[in-house]
Amino acid sequence: MTFHQLPKAQGLYRPEYEHDACGIGLYAHIKGIASHEIVKKGLSMLCKLDHRGGQGSDPLTGDGAGLMVQIPDAFFRTTIQNVQLPEKGRYGVGMLFFSNNDVEREKIESYINKVVEEEGQTLLGWRTVPVNDETIGETARQSRPFIRQVFIGANEGLKDELSFERKLYIIRKQSEHWAKESDLRFYFASLSSRTIVYKGLLTPEQVDRFYLDLQDESFVSAFALVHSRFSTNTFPSWERAHPNRYLIHNGEINTLRGNVQWMKAREKQFVSEAFGEDLQKVLPILDTEGSDSSILDNSLEFLVLAGRKPAHAAMMLIPEPWSENPHMTKEKRAFYEFHSCLMEPWDGPTAISFTDGKQIGAILDRNGLRPARYYVTDDDYIIFSSEVGVIDVEPEKVLYKDRLSPGKMLLIDLEEGRIISDEEVKTEMAQALPYQQWLDEQLIRLNEERSNEEEILVDLLIRQKAFGYTYEDISKYLVPVVNEGKDPIGAMGNDMPLAVLSDRAQSLFNYFKQLFAQVTNPPIDSLREEIVTSTMTLLGAEGNILQPSPLNCRRIQLDTPVINNGQLERLKSLDSADFKSKVIDMLFDDNLEDSLDRICQEADSAISEGVSLLILSDRKMNKNQAAIPSLLAVSALHQHLIREGSRTKVSIIIESGEVREVHHLAALIGYGVDAINPYLAFATYKQAIAEGSLQFTYEDAVNNYIKAMTEGVVKVMSKMGISTVQSYRGAQIFEAVGISEEVIERYFTGTVSQLGGIGLDTIAKEAKMLHTLAYADSYDQTLDSGSNFQWRKTGEHHAFNPGTIHTLQWACRKGDYDLFKKYSKLANEERIGFLRNLFSFDETRQSLSIDEVESVDSIVRRFKTGAMSFGSISKEAHETLAIAMNRLGGKSNSGEGGEDSRRFSLDENGDNRRSAVKQIASGRFGVKSHYLVHADELQIKMAQGAKPGEGGQLPGNKVYPWVADVRGSTPGVGLISPPPHHDIYSIEDLAQLIHDLKNANRDARISVKLVSKGGVGTIAAGVAKGAADVIVISGYDGGTGASPKTSIQHTGLPWELGLAEAHQTLMLNGLRDRVVLETDGKLMTGKDVVMAALFGAEEFAFATAPLVVLGCVMMRVCHLDTCPVGIATQNPQLRQKFTGEADYIVNYMRFIAQEVRELMAELGFRTLDEMVGRTDVLKMSDRAKAHWKAKDLDLTPLLHQTEGVRTFTTPQNHKIDESLDIQKILPAVQKALQDQIPVDVSFPITNVNRVVGTIVGSEVSKHYGEAGLPEDTITLRFTGSAGQSFGAFVPNGVTLEITGDVNDFLGKGLSGGKLIVKTDQSSKLLAGENVIAGNVALYGATSGEAYINGRAGERFGVRNSGVNVVVEGIGDHGCEYMTGGRVVILGDVGKNFAAGMSGGIAYVLADDQEAFRKLCNQEMIEIESLSKNDEEELMKMIQTHFYYTNSVKASYVLENWGNYVRKFIKVIPKDYKRMLEQIQKQKDAGLPDEDAIMSAFLANSSKQKNTTTKQPEAVLR
Amino acid sequence: MGKTTGFMDYYREKGKERNPLTRVGDWKEYSLPFSDETLSRQGARCMDCATPFCHMGMEVQGATSGCPIHNLIPEWNDLVYRGRWKEALDRLLKTNNFPEFTGRVCPAPCEGSCTLAITDPAVTIKNIEQAIIDKGFENGWIAPRIPVSRTGKKVAIIGSGPAGLASADQLNQAGHSVTVFERADRPGGLLMYGIPNMKLDKGVVERRISLLTQEEIKFVTNTEVGKDITAEELHAQFDAVILCTGAQKQRDLVIEGREAKGIHFAMEYLTKATKSYLDTNFEDGQFINTEGKDVIVIGGGDTGADCVATALRQNCRSVVQFGKHPQLPETRTSGNMWPAYPNVFTMDYAYKEAEAKFGEDPRQYSIQTKKIVADENGRLQELHTIQMEKLRDDEGRFFFKEIPGTEQVWPAQFVFIAIGFEGTEQPLLSQFGVNAINQKIEAAYGEYRTNVEGVFAAGDARRGQSLIVWAINEGRQVAHEVDCYLMGKSYLPK
Repeated sequence: MTFHQLPKAQGLYRPEYEHDACGIGLYAHIKGIASHEIVKKGLSMLCKLDHRGGQGSDPLTGDGAGLMVQIPDAFFRTTIQNVQLPEKGRYGVGMLFFSNNDVEREKIESYINKVVEEEGQTLLGWRTVPVNDETIGETARQSRPFIRQVFIGANEGLKDELSFERKLYIIRKQSEHWAKESDLRFYFASLSSRTIVYKGLLTPEQVDRFYLDLQDESFVSAFALVHSRFSTNTFPSWERAHPNRYLIHNGEINTLRGNVQWMKAREKQFVSEAFGEDLQKVLPILDTEGSDSSILDNSLEFLVLAGRKPAHAAMMLIPEPWSENPHMTKEKRAFYEFHSCLMEPWDGPTAISFTDGKQIGAILDRNGLRPARYYVTDDDYIIFSSEVGVIDVEPEKVLYKDRLSPGKMLLIDLEEGRIISDEEVKTEMAQALPYQQWLDEQLIRLNEERSNEEEILVDLLIRQKAFGYTYEDISKYLVPVVNEGKDPIGAMGNDMPLAVLSDRAQSLFNYFKQLFAQVTNPPIDSLREEIVTSTMTLLGAEGNILQPSPLNCRRIQLDTPVINNGQLERLKSLDSADFKSKVIDMLFDDNLEDSLDRICQEADSAISEGVSLLILSDRKMNKNQAAIPSLLAVSALHQHLIREGSRTKVSIIIESGEVREVHHLAALIGYGVDAINPYLAFATYKQAIAEGSLQFTYEDAVNNYIKAMTEGVVKVMSKMGISTVQSYRGAQIFEAVGISEEVIERYFTGTVSQLGGIGLDTIAKEAKMLHTLAYADSYDQTLDSGSNFQWRKTGEHHAFNPGTIHTLQWACRKGDYDLFKKYSKLANEERIGFLRNLFSFDETRQSLSIDEVESVDSIVRRFKTGAMSFGSISKEAHETLAIAMNRLGGKSNSGEGGEDSRRFSLDENGDNRRSAVKQIASGRFGVKSHYLVHADELQIKMAQGAKPGEGGQLPGNKVYPWVADVRGSTPGVGLISPPPHHDIYSIEDLAQLIHDLKNANRDARISVKLVSKGGVGTIAAGVAKGAADVIVISGYDGGTGASPKTSIQHTGLPWELGLAEAHQTLMLNGLRDRVVLETDGKLMTGKDVVMAALFGAEEFAFATAPLVVLGCVMMRVCHLDTCPVGIATQNPQLRQKFTGEADYIVNYMRFIAQEVRELMAELGFRTLDEMVGRTDVLKMSDRAKAHWKAKDLDLTPLLHQTEGVRTFTTPQNHKIDESLDIQKILPAVQKALQDQIPVDVSFPITNVNRVVGTIVGSEVSKHYGEAGLPEDTITLRFTGSAGQSFGAFVPNGVTLEITGDVNDFLGKGLSGGKLIVKTDQSSKLLAGENVIAGNVALYGATSGEAYINGRAGERFGVRNSGVNVVVEGIGDHGCEYMTGGRVVILGDVGKNFAAGMSGGIAYVLADDQEAFRKLCNQEMIEIESLSKNDEEELMKMIQTHFYYTNSVKASYVLENWGNYVRKFIKVIPKDYKRMLEQIQKQKDAGLPDEDAIMSAFLANSSKQKNTTTKQPEAVLR
Repeated sequence: MGKTTGFMDYYREKGKERNPLTRVGDWKEYSLPFSDETLSRQGARCMDCATPFCHMGMEVQGATSGCPIHNLIPEWNDLVYRGRWKEALDRLLKTNNFPEFTGRVCPAPCEGSCTLAITDPAVTIKNIEQAIIDKGFENGWIAPRIPVSRTGKKVAIIGSGPAGLASADQLNQAGHSVTVFERADRPGGLLMYGIPNMKLDKGVVERRISLLTQEEIKFVTNTEVGKDITAEELHAQFDAVILCTGAQKQRDLVIEGREAKGIHFAMEYLTKATKSYLDTNFEDGQFINTEGKDVIVIGGGDTGADCVATALRQNCRSVVQFGKHPQLPETRTSGNMWPAYPNVFTMDYAYKEAEAKFGEDPRQYSIQTKKIVADENGRLQELHTIQMEKLRDDEGRFFFKEIPGTEQVWPAQFVFIAIGFEGTEQPLLSQFGVNAINQKIEAAYGEYRTNVEGVFAAGDARRGQSLIVWAINEGRQVAHEVDCYLMGKSYLPK
């Protein structure tokens, strides 16, 4: 056995999909005093982070845990008898994992011995590390390595420690390279003269039981850096456990692939004083087989050993946002700008802690997407961790409690014995060299260049045709882009064939699907959190990363990678030795491969002549020479130059007529382009203006287009959680569908293409087809219509077309099964549209009589309708679906818009309008305790097929009063749904939310909805480990009320791929039996359901088809509120046109089930369960084999089977019984629950007690409905540090008071309850400086009160819609997306306050009002002074705060009210304010409340449009 | 996309017509153009459906639903709304060779399947179509497009109806030399003589023929293939032949007294009227004159209506139109759901005119002529009829049953038979040796090849009696096939 057992790629599973996340911690003595206590406490701290780690199918085997400490010199001296150790610091210790094969190990050891000698150091000896493997899990034991330590003495010639560390590094690298070449496996957990790592495939509590060394009292260290891992898989890996050699990491590097390639590209350019000749011995720097954390570790290690201070290296790798950040000093900005010329950021949600053994640092990503809290005590200890409460400290010993802010650094210098502040360390760095001066002298900024007026191209039409331009492209894309200034919106999802299945010539771009973040990292909101984004682009050769010099920033800077014709001209004509340019034709006549080679050769010779700007151009296209698909040309060149090691010497600029959409630009940048000139788009604008179809000047049109495209690209990046174009470039955040392995391998190296597909010949053929037609067709002077979003008879096939739509409608309305069969025949056979259409059944199967097959009544129970919110669809449509599904015994899904509680009781006729599945999405609209208890299934929507990685926006004119009512918001005021769940930035967060919801409704299944993409199987495994009961895999083709067209077509994968991968990966992990797998995405027929079952699904959801049954005619105008059949609209006039009935849906579902039965009989399956995963009955159909493109696909990965249980059999253990609520609290409050007699009880609490109060709350909601109990009926008092989600969803009548502090997610979804968080009376802390609550407090809270006697972390009150809260200071992004309630802040706020805030009021005590204004995101809000009413309200809230918490600050403010009241600022959203005024006006005019609201709404919505400065990017689903 | 809320903001406005009492006094077109403002408003009603059922063109319940030539209706509706007429014309001509015909006489299956028509009156697609092309001619945007180069291939097209003209236009644009043979003295087929002038002004037809002539298409009239020129000669002179001879063989009444004088096929009646009108403004007397007579038209369709309107203009004493089917309902029935062609009651121009003139709708429903009685001179005297009930058999098929006691006698001097067409005429087919089934030339839809090498067939001759739009559809498609046949490939649209 080895210590690393990731299975080989098989079926759709690939080991590179693995992700992990974790809990991290540091316990240190600031003055550097070592003790065994630190080691012990470090480990115990880890045990308290256990819930952040994961366990697989074997509960005793963890995902990995470990610690890094200083080398325990004394321990080694006493333990190792036979080795004479030199003085401390003059010897290094290596910690090595070997296989249990002694021969192999001895071979490796002797090689290492040899390298040590060769490098002039002294081998002191080897030691077998004593372990006790009785204590670890079975899986871990089987893969346990043989663990040895090597001791290496320093050569006397090496004077400084760093040189010795460098030597050790060279020894290690050479040994590793040799082993790899010799196909031998071993692993250095660490090799250093300063630090040592003990880690393994262990649970936290196993670490010191396994490593006996750690139990020895003489084993001392001044710090312990600890880590507990949550991996998405359950495959054993000892080496993937943390710590790495220099750092521990919690998070994800989204741009890893790009970073790795750029690092690789740079290696040949490295020149290092420090390494000198030795440099070649250590290349390649990165071990790409490692995890993203270990690769980041490789880079940090290298930079440090090359001579940079660890803090400096960390700032290069993970810079804070500077380009859009107005708060930064000029010097610091220059520092970052200078370094941006050298290296792109390693982007992603990240908290790292790193050390070289002397300094320990910690840094948080630019967006603050990881929690990091710390205490400093009066006896010089620092406790730093993902959570507070991990080490018990007496409150009076705490000097201060703080948290790490986004982009900030914490640095402890053990030698100096102090904490160095972010400010100090960075100022020192920034001032070390004259960065600003260098930039001023060297950097060329090319942003003001006006666009040259493009001449009207005489062959414009031919070019447009040759590049596949359509009338739709112009009228529905390019023109709206300029008119509306954004990427256009569409609705109802994609129902066209994949490019590889299409009968038509397709653009190569269409074969590439954008990737997106889900679960393991969050997408970001590029609109509301623009502050962290950057589109800055640099051209010209990169300097030497290892050597700071002015020449490093001899580059050209652009604001955006999209350039106009003027800028391109300028680049072509730059007259400077540093910036020589060369145009290379991107054309081919017959042989595409040769032409690509020619491009690469021309580039090579240009580079050798000193060219640093390569311009690939198809301008010279002509009748005989077609343009090479730009993506192919660019990626081929990029990959070639990386291989040649010359990529960083040049920039690749592209001048192409093909490029016009956001997706094109994103793909080009993703595959390595530096700048893009889409000249034909500009020429098209020129023409449109001349024709009068566009009322802009050419200059404005071009500028609007560039701006919209740039924002569009940022949006695409942000779906993956990437914030800078610089790191997105070359990161290949795409997946190919239908491209052959050879093409990928050679030209798109590293891209995933799961099913193979077309080769270079077909790519050439497709490019030629349009080209030939364009140059041949002389008599039709018009463009073809285009049919991507609008069906055309002669255009691309759409699964929902007039024929299928009306036949389905008629069949279900008439209850005519024969007609339904006609429909299903059309849907199944009309055209190959979906992957499932490529298969046929094994005809040799023994068929059954249909009477032996599971009944229709039984099958329909597995059916659901897809999540569609009330708000996106009308009350009529929403309730009809619910009634129908309840009649069938299936389930309807509420969507994310909440649900009217009147629907929770039966109608008179026995119909049930309650949705059995209640959705919890990022907006948390209507997610209250009462809503949650009325569900059979709670679905966490991680992503939506039509727009994975995106949020949404419901514009004010769609927020009708009844929608606002259910969503808990204000009519007429727009609602924003953030791209991420702000309580899910990683897998362990998701596990937390699953746990929260299970607490909120113990009877409901918890479902997690994912969207298909490569790697979704691995994510599903993680989700299963996070204890989800149901996992939904949605296809990319699912519907939507509104999404950017870019997303509808180009993001995500078909469900067939995702489902099969999820099923296979769960099987491989032994987790399949724990979860129910469900799928959705344009399921149309019974055959579709059978296919889904064969690929692994047990339950099935339908959305588009049921809507069609109800009357939808695929207008795709859901986002416009003009649905003419009364479905996707709230307009009462249009709702009257609704003609759907529940019986039609019942007919549809039963027809589907009947068709399923018929096929089951044919295939010989008696029950649906039997059929799940039986891909052996499928084969590629003859029709597929005859298709000119589809024939090239390799479908076998979809059919791969793994032995084992194929369906759900074993319920998850949610550990609800172990909760404080069940164990202690619930028994104590029975009187209150049963008889409403007030109860007041107290309990101690620690951070392992999570979601406290929620179960009690759910009982209240169950018994007393939405109203809950009278105030303070149940009072629960706690002392200590509460775990995450303290007081989540607590309803009216429940009060939670805690003395101590709380972790993340305080009062999540608070539903009327009261929360009090106060400081211990014995504490010496000043509340205003004391971080008492973690990140994301009161997320999605709907009503209630909260009083927080201290500061809270990032994203306070996000999507608060009604809670009144007082807090004494908060972090960045406070009150983001807030829609209601009152927030009083008696202290500082962080950056980007009130971004996307559309309702409610914040009162902020700001000493410096100007400074406060700068911290606000002022897009949607007004800042004003307080009225008399406001003052009264404020005073009352502060008084209450004082009453509950004894806040010193509150008391001081109240005592000096006269002075202080003037310092308060009122923040109120503009639209909200206007609506409130309107409503008041109507009321004053004598209208009753309801009429006043409606009348105000109508008056408001008619003039709504011009009030928001930024266009909504999408309307809520 | 029109105006997003246009369909809620504006009502459908009916096409303007001249006063029925005035217009029956002449033979000019009865309809009047809309103003540009009205058209823009009506264009705004278009919802720019992502799935435009108006454009689908398919058979639903045995009737045409949506536009068979797949006109890009939402595209030009929007352009008209925005006043961008020239572009609207470009988009219209992309799919439709002769919008001036379809805009006037098409029964507009597009409007029946208009999505707005699910709940509201459909968009006035047909009026907009006509306005676009009329404006195109008015503004001189329609100019002869003479092909730059010629392929040297020659194509003969037999028949100059809409199918023949469409294929001629397409093939000519592809560079082939096209000759169209027409039996009558004027080209245009049914467009010329089958439809009366008040519905489709013959100047409009001549304008198109003249344009095609300028584009170098040759028209040979008064020439019947088989008589004036043989199939062999055609084979020898041309590289390909397309038969677009229509389905002119009229269905006859098989009934006692059929031989009475005064009984004519509708086509004879209409053709003579139009020819005489065009030749001499009726001065030559070469037409069937119903002045002062009682006229009965048998057959409830459009041709029957045209007979009614013609008789009215001739100052008949009375006119009645018999239909076998019951009166249609005011709104769709559950068996006739959208998007099927709406079988609902409408008032066509002829009925409005009759009502204005005689005070009642000329239509009689559910009526069957049992026998015709002639006077002693063999001249038509009266018709004997009975009412019928329309029923369904056990398998859901319709059948008719006479209702005893509903017998009636109708005096008449003229009867026009307008009960449809049976198919194409046999002699020509024999000449070419082309196979036919049920009097339709055997050639698959979309392929159009007959059993004879180089001979193609399209339009009513192939598919049977149908709509002009189907004729244009087939004419365009056959052109693509012939082009492929001649050149090995084709860039003509399919």
